[in-house]
Amino acid sequence: MKRLAVLAAAALLALTGCGASGSAASGSTSSSGGGLSGTLTVFAAASLTDVFGQLGRQLTKDNPGLDVRFNFAGSSGLATQLTQGAPADVFASANTTQMKVVTDAGLQAADPAVFAQNVLEIAVPKGNPGHVTGLADFGNASLTLAVCAPDVPCGAAAKQVFAAAGVQAKPDTEEEDVKAALTKVQLGEVDAALVYATDVQAAGAKVQGIPFPEAEKAVNTYPICVLKAAPNAAAARAFVALVRSADGQAALKAAGFRAPGA
Amino acid sequence: MRNRRSGVPAPLLIPASLGVAFLVLPLVGLLVRAPWGTLWSQLTAPGVGEALRLSLVCATAATLISLVLGVPLAWVLARSRARGRSVLRALVTVPLVLPPVVGGVALFLVLGRQGIIGRWLYDVAGITIPFTTPAVVIAETFVAMPFLVITVEGALRAADARFEDVAATLGADRWTTFRRVTLPLVAPGIAAGSVLCWARALGEFGATITFAGNFPGTTQTMPLAVYLALQRDPEAAIVLSLVLMAVSLGTLLLLRDRWLGRAGAGMAA
Amino acid sequence: MSLAAAVRVRRGALDLDVDLGIADGEVLAVLGPNGAGKSTLLRVVAGLLCPDAGRVAVDGAVWDDPAGGVRVPPHERALGVVFQDALLFPHLSVLDNVAFGLRTRGVRRPVARQAAGRWLARVGLEGLGDRRPDELSGGQAQRAALARALVGDPALLLLDEPLSALDARTRLTVRAELRRHLAEFAGSTVLVTHDPVDAMALADRVVVVEDGGVVQAGTPLEVSRAPRTDYVARLVGLSLLPGTGAGTSVRLDGGGEVAVAEETSGPVFAAVRPESVALYLSRPDGSPRNVWPARLVGATPHGATVRCELAGEVPLVADVTATSFAELGLAPGSEVWASVKASEVTVYAR
Repeated sequence: MKRLAVLAAAALLALTGCGASGSAASGSTSSSGGGLSGTLTVFAAASLTDVFGQLGRQLTKDNPGLDVRFNFAGSSGLATQLTQGAPADVFASANTTQMKVVTDAGLQAADPAVFAQNVLEIAVPKGNPGHVTGLADFGNASLTLAVCAPDVPCGAAAKQVFAAAGVQAKPDTEEEDVKAALTKVQLGEVDAALVYATDVQAAGAKVQGIPFPEAEKAVNTYPICVLKAAPNAAAARAFVALVRSADGQAALKAAGFRAPGA
Repeated sequence: MRNRRSGVPAPLLIPASLGVAFLVLPLVGLLVRAPWGTLWSQLTAPGVGEALRLSLVCATAATLISLVLGVPLAWVLARSRARGRSVLRALVTVPLVLPPVVGGVALFLVLGRQGIIGRWLYDVAGITIPFTTPAVVIAETFVAMPFLVITVEGALRAADARFEDVAATLGADRWTTFRRVTLPLVAPGIAAGSVLCWARALGEFGATITFAGNFPGTTQTMPLAVYLALQRDPEAAIVLSLVLMAVSLGTLLLLRDRWLGRAGAGMAA
Repeated sequence: MSLAAAVRVRRGALDLDVDLGIADGEVLAVLGPNGAGKSTLLRVVAGLLCPDAGRVAVDGAVWDDPAGGVRVPPHERALGVVFQDALLFPHLSVLDNVAFGLRTRGVRRPVARQAAGRWLARVGLEGLGDRRPDELSGGQAQRAALARALVGDPALLLLDEPLSALDARTRLTVRAELRRHLAEFAGSTVLVTHDPVDAMALADRVVVVEDGGVVQAGTPLEVSRAPRTDYVARLVGLSLLPGTGAGTSVRLDGGGEVAVAEETSGPVFAAVRPESVALYLSRPDGSPRNVWPARLVGATPHGATVRCELAGEVPLVADVTATSFAELGLAPGSEVWASVKASEVTVYAR
């Protein structure tokens, strides 16, 4: 469980995370040369687990001497770890607020670049046992509901959409990253959770998604940057370039992310 | 003239000092890095009092349940001659070595809405257990009760069983003997076990956040609050940690003096 | 109350097979060496141990009958037990300890405490009710244990080596008091002990148990005058010589001959009291027809006398005054001559 990884990270050490399984990228050659080596450490928002895992494997395929390691967690936690001195090469956040925490501390090597956008979607277990139809159901106290904690980008966006829709949300639990909320839906233990559209897609058949109009009121913009103290700056730049390249954007789009600035 | 044998032998002194430093320095670090200036405003921030109250209430409830279930269990392990006792003891102590998160997942699989028992509860009585305060108590009891069971079992084994023979010849049936002779004899061991159990329950995190979830006022205990605060405001996390440390330390010191004075050996049993 | 017990128990190396009976009001001592099974026997009567076979009945009411599936648990038996180490409950005051037997039977606390106080006075512990058991001396604790056992007015009193844990001087005083209490006690008593003096001083009848079986039963006087086993004989200091009677002499099983006063035949014991044995450094001339060479293998002083163990064809125990012992220059290993008058040898059928 990725929660284990996040727990250990509370000791403010960089952890290795595994990339989630996902289909391999369709064979197109990467834009960087084959000469990168060493270890690349990427801190990325939990919602990027599948896509970045995929891109990481592609980078390794093209650069056999390179070992890519990920730390997927709630962006707020990652930002705190970075400001406390955790060593990393790249940071990709699920919203600009958490990236600002990092840039305010002067940790970036160059200005961050937006590489994707994401909106919220309601996730319900297969069969929709709670008969959830829209955002208003999140005000129904008799349903078991999960949202992200307000400090996490997913949770901040949730607050915004609730406000925009005029819904008094009555969640039963506030999870510390969006994948944890998704897991509760997959286990069938909650009637609905407010997660990203990309998460609904990644969960496949076990989860049904219910889009809602107010989602457009809280679009999360995903910035990425190379860190100033990156131990492997060359690989860091290569990874960021891959994410922003046509291949990377295609992978993001396939996972359900929106193009930046769309 | 001073006794020649007082004082610590040198080969023991160095590792012992290192041990003390290892255990105490992190606590000192908390004190040193505490934001004493903003302490009061942090302490009175909304949610802190609630998390503390919830933590204390749940830990105490978990300890009470552990006493009611654990003391008889300890008696069975220590005194009954049924076969399979050692297997039972191994099973009972599994939560001691199980990662708490794994415990939380296991509780889900039994008591969650899709769980073996939880499904029946939900269909018949509409009761869901996860994400409620009782779920916190259940998670804490699961991880903390083995401490109590093991301590009390040790105390029962060390107690002189002949007193129970004496009580029988004086007209006490087995239940009366248990109530009026066995229990008082192992009371220090029970007290020691309860303190261990309470402290473990107070600090429980993994099983709680997995099984009970996280919601301020209902399931957000102090350890959860610290963890979440760490993600957004490390200073708040330090303050919360200090509060938890002060409460735990205070309780342990208070109880040790009052109840465990003579029989601190109960802990070692 | 009368007790009739036939007990068969197998525990480890011990194979206990004992029949005993006590009449109403009697004090029976069960005497025997360690490991004989005395305490096991007591535990069976108390109900703390299930016999493998046999029957325990008190006044006709069956307490134990494994064959018939009857078992009365210990807390339903009308008995009181005093254990070797007193075993007063450490978490209760002395008064509450004594009152315990009444409280378990539903007597209310103030009434129970009053009765307990009266009993404490009877055993001479007045005013010590508020003390904790670990504040009492050994003798005081044993008295309190006696009071605790008797407060419930039991029909049967069981005493398991009650004086063994006490030092010699305390033993004398407590034994004397115990004699008094047993005389006042209306019920029957079983006293288990390895000390023959306890049996002599306190019991109406004695049963000797060795290796799980009864080897002798009778009044204390009968047992000490005519012991049937080495163990008892040694306890009372008699030299016991098994042999076959042939007129006025007994041919010993171990070789040698003892001249006796009266004609006798058949398998017999020839018993010699230690004070009847005289020791000489060289073969004496004189009237005694019993003169044997022997070697001194052990000497134990008892006050003004020395008890000497003699090995030889006729093994004997002799008591000589300490002065004589010193004057003769005796020491373990000394070669001596022992002599006994024929009229001082007791013979009885085996």
